[in-house]
Amino acid sequence: MSLMLQEEIVCNRELVTGIYQLTFRSAYVSQNAKPGQFVNIKCCEGFNAILRRPVSICSVDRENKNVTIVFQKRGTGTSYLAKKRAGDVLDLIGPLGSHFDLSENYKNIAVVGGGIGIFPLLFLLEQKQCVHKTAYIGFRSKNYVVLEEAFKHNSHELIISTDDGSLGQKGFITDLLEKRILEEGIKGEKYDIIYTCGPGPMMKKVVELASKAGIKCQVSLEQRMGCGIGACLACACKIKLRDDWQYKRVCKDGPIFWGEEVDFDD
Amino acid sequence: MTNIDSNSNRLEVDIAGIKFKNPVIGASGTFGFGREYSNYIDLNKLGGISVKGLTIKPRKGNKPPRIAETPAGILNSIGLQNPGVEVFIKEELPFLKKFNTVIIANIAGNVIEEYCELAEILSDTDIDAFELNVSCPNVKEGCVAFGNTVEGISEITKQVRKYCKKPLIVKLTPSVMDIKEIALAAEANGADAVSLINTILGMVIDIHKKRPVLANNFGGLSGPAVKPIAVRMTYEVSQTVKIPVIGMGGISSGDDAVEFMLAGAHAVMVGTWNFVNPNACIEVIEGIEKYLERYNYCSIYDIIGKLELNG
Repeated sequence: MSLMLQEEIVCNRELVTGIYQLTFRSAYVSQNAKPGQFVNIKCCEGFNAILRRPVSICSVDRENKNVTIVFQKRGTGTSYLAKKRAGDVLDLIGPLGSHFDLSENYKNIAVVGGGIGIFPLLFLLEQKQCVHKTAYIGFRSKNYVVLEEAFKHNSHELIISTDDGSLGQKGFITDLLEKRILEEGIKGEKYDIIYTCGPGPMMKKVVELASKAGIKCQVSLEQRMGCGIGACLACACKIKLRDDWQYKRVCKDGPIFWGEEVDFDD
Repeated sequence: MTNIDSNSNRLEVDIAGIKFKNPVIGASGTFGFGREYSNYIDLNKLGGISVKGLTIKPRKGNKPPRIAETPAGILNSIGLQNPGVEVFIKEELPFLKKFNTVIIANIAGNVIEEYCELAEILSDTDIDAFELNVSCPNVKEGCVAFGNTVEGISEITKQVRKYCKKPLIVKLTPSVMDIKEIALAAEANGADAVSLINTILGMVIDIHKKRPVLANNFGGLSGPAVKPIAVRMTYEVSQTVKIPVIGMGGISSGDDAVEFMLAGAHAVMVGTWNFVNPNACIEVIEGIEKYLERYNYCSIYDIIGKLELNG
């Protein structure tokens, strides 16, 4: 269950240009949030940028009751959020949405993230205990690379790519995934599941690769939201049915879906 | 000041024979089927809930993106996505009836026969009233096409009235030359009340992509931006018809609601602000109560239509 909360900000800092890491203290969210879930934040006062902004949970410190989110300053709402300081109050609803399937059966997992889609995957890596965790994270260039150390710390193997080759391997992260799971067959071992979050075309490719290799796959979707609690039906995503399809709500039915359910071409 | 027993509920209001414990209703399209808000607020405290627009068959709705932000408002093009009336009766209505609040079924269709069928089906259920949706701007057929002419609204109200065994509220579009004559046409053909305003057709453009933000290109504008228009229309209509008027459009506080009531509304619906603050309806109820206290009014009727125009 999610609650309407007023929580104190512990710190808010810019990691790289335009990307902010904000930590707030919340007994409720820190104890109840699961990887893949988000909080819906009221960024402004008055009638400016009135809708709340959904932001994925990136990390949780249950002991100190701290929750960390990472967001990109993109428009009016997130610009206000970027200006918040330690001691300010954060008006939020959370934790919201569905979560990644962290079944104990999955012993060998991979996460594949692109750009600002990597953050919920870090929370997953932090929480998931398993035999082997591989993280594939892709960025536009080295100037956009964030939380590299945190990913290294929380995975057994970290693979980084940049579109321009300025850090890690050059190219799309999905190219590296393809090479590993199709060409090398990951040395005879197969991932039990792949979790992915990032741009739509990237996730579509990950789902295709996973399907070809017979690997389960979960995706985290994004869509413009109105309420964040399932009432307004604004954040529709196209979900396949046996002989048909339907729009489901990213905020309430998602944001986590099984890869094969999602129609990425809508 | 109205002389009312001190034990009575001063927020209580009567609309078409239905007693609302207070004049605040969750507006259709913004309040789901109530279930979504029940985690956050006590639905028993609400005057009423107008449910998400219902059609005979399930509707998938419009392609996303379906929402865009505007100064002091939002633009939506949901397109009446709903699970269909049978699912509503089976799965949603029993949940809603657990609460002590008035349930209004908002009904929509492509042709008049669909509205009539919905009225007939739902008349035999536990809903308390109908809200005739002839003003949704986000669907290609029906709806606003019926609501923007005197002939259209007369015909659909007259036909639905024949099948409707419960109070009938007709929801009006602001996208007309003269809303007074549309309201009069609804009244003359059997409406027990009118509600207004529905959203106003608008457009938001992404200047970098050089395309509209909404996949549907246009959408319905709502939120504080539309409030002055809604208050003016509420005033005009309440001066024109004898049936009660339910006002809505950009209400985010008790003070906003009081404006509508002074303008003549018997009740108000809270819409967009529920998205910003799930507790919005409760805060509006408390705000009205505070206003009554401040001026020592015993009844909500002491403020309804009590606006005095400047000379």
